[in-house]
Amino acid sequence: MLSLLTFPLGGVHPPESKKLTEGLSIEPMPVPDELEVILGQHIGAPCTPIVAKRADVKEGDIIGTVTKGLGVPLHAPAAGKIKDMGMSAHPMRTSAPSITITVDHEAVPAVYEKRDWEKLEPQELLAGVRDGGIIGIGGAGFPTHVKLSPPADNPINTLILNGAECEPYITADHRQMVECAGDIVEGAKILLKILGIQKCVIGIENNKPDAIAAMTKAAKEGSTSKYLIAVNALKVKYPQGSEKQLIQAVTGRKVPAFALPSAVGVVVQNVSTARAVYDAVGLGKPLCEKVVTISGKGIKRQANLLVKIGTKVSDIVAYLGGTVPGLTKVVMGGPMMGFAVSNLDVPVTKTTSAILFLTADEIDTRPHSQCIRCGWCLDACPMGLEPKEIGIYVEANRAEDTEPLGVFECFECGSCAYVCPAKRPLVQFIRLAKMKAKRK
Amino acid sequence: MWTVVACLVPPLIISVFIFGIQTLIITAVSVVSCVAVEAASQKLLGREVTIKDGSAVITGMLLAFVIPPGVSPLLPILAAVMAIYIGKHILGGIGYNFFNPALLGRAFLLATFPVAMTSAWLPPLQNGSIMKYIGGIDAVTTATPLAVMKEHGMAAFTKAFGSGGDMYLHFFLGWRPGCIGETSGLLILLGGLFLIYKGYTTWHIPVSILGTIALLSWAFGGKGYFTGDPLLAVLSGGALLGAFFMANDYVTCPTNKRSQIVYGIGIGALTVLIRLKGGYPEGICYAILLMNPLSPVFDGWFKPKRFAPPQGGAK
Ligand code: SF4
Ligand code: SF4
Repeated sequence: MLSLLTFPLGGVHPPESKKLTEGLSIEPMPVPDELEVILGQHIGAPCTPIVAKRADVKEGDIIGTVTKGLGVPLHAPAAGKIKDMGMSAHPMRTSAPSITITVDHEAVPAVYEKRDWEKLEPQELLAGVRDGGIIGIGGAGFPTHVKLSPPADNPINTLILNGAECEPYITADHRQMVECAGDIVEGAKILLKILGIQKCVIGIENNKPDAIAAMTKAAKEGSTSKYLIAVNALKVKYPQGSEKQLIQAVTGRKVPAFALPSAVGVVVQNVSTARAVYDAVGLGKPLCEKVVTISGKGIKRQANLLVKIGTKVSDIVAYLGGTVPGLTKVVMGGPMMGFAVSNLDVPVTKTTSAILFLTADEIDTRPHSQCIRCGWCLDACPMGLEPKEIGIYVEANRAEDTEPLGVFECFECGSCAYVCPAKRPLVQFIRLAKMKAKRK
Repeated sequence: MWTVVACLVPPLIISVFIFGIQTLIITAVSVVSCVAVEAASQKLLGREVTIKDGSAVITGMLLAFVIPPGVSPLLPILAAVMAIYIGKHILGGIGYNFFNPALLGRAFLLATFPVAMTSAWLPPLQNGSIMKYIGGIDAVTTATPLAVMKEHGMAAFTKAFGSGGDMYLHFFLGWRPGCIGETSGLLILLGGLFLIYKGYTTWHIPVSILGTIALLSWAFGGKGYFTGDPLLAVLSGGALLGAFFMANDYVTCPTNKRSQIVYGIGIGALTVLIRLKGGYPEGICYAILLMNPLSPVFDGWFKPKRFAPPQGGAK
């Protein structure tokens, strides 16, 4: 095996807490009676509904399209009747426009057939990715077809599949790598063909030996003279799965501030996105469902669930037997970068990778105090920033003056806040600083 | 914070065996007064009372560690007021005070009780009778190694403390006159290394201070150039205590690694300068206090290395 790759600057080692779910096979959750599909699933303008109230839809029917800017169409995750077009609770914004579907449990299940994608031209494959509603489902939700069309003056030579999954608790990608390694590799080949390149590296953190083994086997079987796919084990260090850190670990190249990975000849996709690409292009199945890790000690049963987009958190809680007394905080996403939610009506979106039900002993609820200038946040920051300075500026009401400190280079990984002995909410300070500095 | 306290306990225990039970009394008085003054100052200034965080306990212990064992137990009470009320809370409160409070307390005592602070030394006990001085302390009993060396030269030093391996061993274990908690190089070193091992502090400041002291003492500390004794320089005075437990106090030292090294070199150089040329035999206390306010300046000079600059220069 190759030696472990990693990024050199900063980084932290939060407790992994993956044992709760890493051994649990992906379990399809029965479709709930109602789905709330948020129109703005991806970065860019939200979709516009193209269906009428009370219309009948089949699974995979397009129910929303993009009229302006970047974006991908939105599909009905399951067959049923359009009940309403209103607002839904949203994990980050308080509410967002959505389409509510009353699910028809009697509908004939959709069948998808394998297609020979190799016969298609790159342009056709690219259109398939877009029409399948594929976005970066591991993270920010950037439309995948846009990432696959880099500017002409940035020749791409490497595709990196991100299987680091460095956030504590989350095991959704881990399980998909173990159980669907072949589909992921097939997806990687489609991506390589679209990009017109040969080389793909799959980076996986070393705490998932079974995923590394499965992916290495699949990569070997899938590699041909046209597609060279290899697996690289990565050191366990947060945030190994951040795009810039991953690129540096794998290729040694540094993506300049404010530039895209294509500036250094790289395209990064999440392993689960690669699998969705295969589903869309190889099976003709648009993005309707998602593997989500449900974990934390605050829920009766932990699981890696395959859920329909639009399933509400409350339905998941009911399916898993309810919450446990002592539950203190519900987080959409990982504990480092996720968002706490106060309303269990929030629906799962394409970018939801985990829902954590945390009890008091899993989180730190101590109040924060003044910065004691220990400098730990400086050592932890993978971007080489001075989070403490930003915090002090914000507290001194000078949030708008933080641009020279590099606030816009911060990607809110939370490493600084994690190490801070004074428990300072540094990420919140930084978000505030970004807002104020942008307005300036 | 409590780990730091734990690391300071062994040097305290050994000081009882070296100088007698009154080191424990002085330390206790100092800790209690620091905690009390902290609580009172925070009440007075309308701030949240944070004595549970242990930082006043550390200040109290360190303050006791840098005063001579033969002083009256009233001195640490005064010093606690100075260190905590003035040094810490008036100058900004937790996180904003720019002088190390314990050292400020010591400097205050040195200025107000110069005789006691420079002469209340006790010779190490010979027969383990730790209660010896409890009934009253005779006046001047001995002098510290650095003072002997400074005033009477190396010959007198050898006469008083011996030379060679034995002398180093005594100094390393702590059997020499000095401040309460500064003498046992071994235990201070162990405590400091433990803190580094646990990740509470890093090697940058202690190593740059001690390295500078050793180098400069070797170059300029002897009769001719490059004849000084670097090992002795590091083992005497409060060099080790200062380097591992005072100079790297989070609040008052620089936050990034490169400025920490510059700061450490500065402290080391000033320490040797004061030891050799200044009016006091020991200089690390003032050296640290002089460098403390420069910490933000160094942090302004050396910024951490950013991940990668924007393409084509600044945005
Ligand atoms: S959240 Fe931002 S400032 Fe904090 S460690 Fe991550 S990148 Fe650095
Ligand atoms: S880690 Fe927290 S206390 Fe330490 S310097 Fe950073 S903000 Fe201040």
